[in-house]
Amino acid sequence: MERIAIAQIGDCLLVTIRVDMHDRLALALREDLGRELSRTQASGVLLDISGLDTLDTFIARVLGGIGSMARLLGAETVLVGMRPAVAMTLVELGLTLDGVRTALDVERGMAMLHRKDR
Amino acid sequence: MTTESLTQNLATMLREHQKAILEAWIGEQLAADTLRLDLIDDKTLSLESREFLAVVTSAMASGEDLDREAPAWRPVYGFLQELSQARDEAGFSPTETATFVLSLKQPWIERILEAEMDSEGTSAAIWHASQILDRLALFTAEAYQARRESTIRRQQEEMEELETPVVKVWDGILALPLVGTLDTRRSQMVTESLLEAIATTGSEVAILDLTGVPAIDTRMAQHLMRTVAATRLMGANCILSGIRPQIAQTIVHLKIQLGDIKTEATLAAALKSAFREAGLKVVGDR
Repeated sequence: MERIAIAQIGDCLLVTIRVDMHDRLALALREDLGRELSRTQASGVLLDISGLDTLDTFIARVLGGIGSMARLLGAETVLVGMRPAVAMTLVELGLTLDGVRTALDVERGMAMLHRKDR
Repeated sequence: MTTESLTQNLATMLREHQKAILEAWIGEQLAADTLRLDLIDDKTLSLESREFLAVVTSAMASGEDLDREAPAWRPVYGFLQELSQARDEAGFSPTETATFVLSLKQPWIERILEAEMDSEGTSAAIWHASQILDRLALFTAEAYQARRESTIRRQQEEMEELETPVVKVWDGILALPLVGTLDTRRSQMVTESLLEAIATTGSEVAILDLTGVPAIDTRMAQHLMRTVAATRLMGANCILSGIRPQIAQTIVHLKIQLGDIKTEATLAAALKSAFREAGLKVVGDR
């Protein structure tokens, strides 16, 4: 089964989602990320979803869940690169992902995580 | 008697007594207190009356049923379409235009009564004649309405073209001056263009300026909240500015929760706050 790669940059984990998410893939990502977080003791997670042009309610919830899980493991999550169409769809669905921080791109997301550290 | 022969009989009657009917009709129109000599002169009026009577007569002579698509009746509808438009432009009300057609009824029916027919034939002829005139009169009103509707549609399209522009006021700062009210369609368009602008310019702050918004209701507030939520999802911050005192009162009164959305009194204050957030300072020369 394909999996989404998790890269470590400094004390951050970078997850770049390029393929279209399906439910099993999202759940596998949550599991992998949990394992990686406890292994690396990373303090931040960047979820780059700039490659996604659709997002359904289930995936959105899983992404929100990843945020809450990471917080329990001592890491802050930033969702970066959401496309305009995806943002509009999520708002229409009433999913505003209130618990998750957002940034325009990976660079700014990274800066956001570092700002918090200092 | 079939409808076809009835129609043809009436046409024959119209043709034979054309002069008398026309005279009576024009006379009646000139005597009516709905006459608008300020909008039309009696020469045009008699010209129009003559032409209308002629096209109706020839359409009826064909014996075809009254129908907009029927070849024989097409000239009648074409004439009425033009007449309705010309009178509309001259300032006639739709009622006055319809009255032009309906006023033919009396001279026509008088003529039918003078023709010596049995009572059954007379009533059938009267019924038929008045039905035709009623439908033609209704058509002038319909044509009027269709023109109005196309005007409204055109104006609506023009208004949509004047869609809210997204203005880049500084590197990384966008402003969106909202004017008028936001309905579902418009708010969707506004949100879409704002999000696209955020994506292409990489702006982190968007100022929604409500100075041009006269009033707000729960629905519109909801649309605003959605726009703000969508920009937040993309990773940008929204600042609301220029909320009028009345609107602020309405928001409080309707118990609309703006949540943690940042608000500033004026666009200038919002810009200042955006500068502060970006770590920018305005330094004067003096």
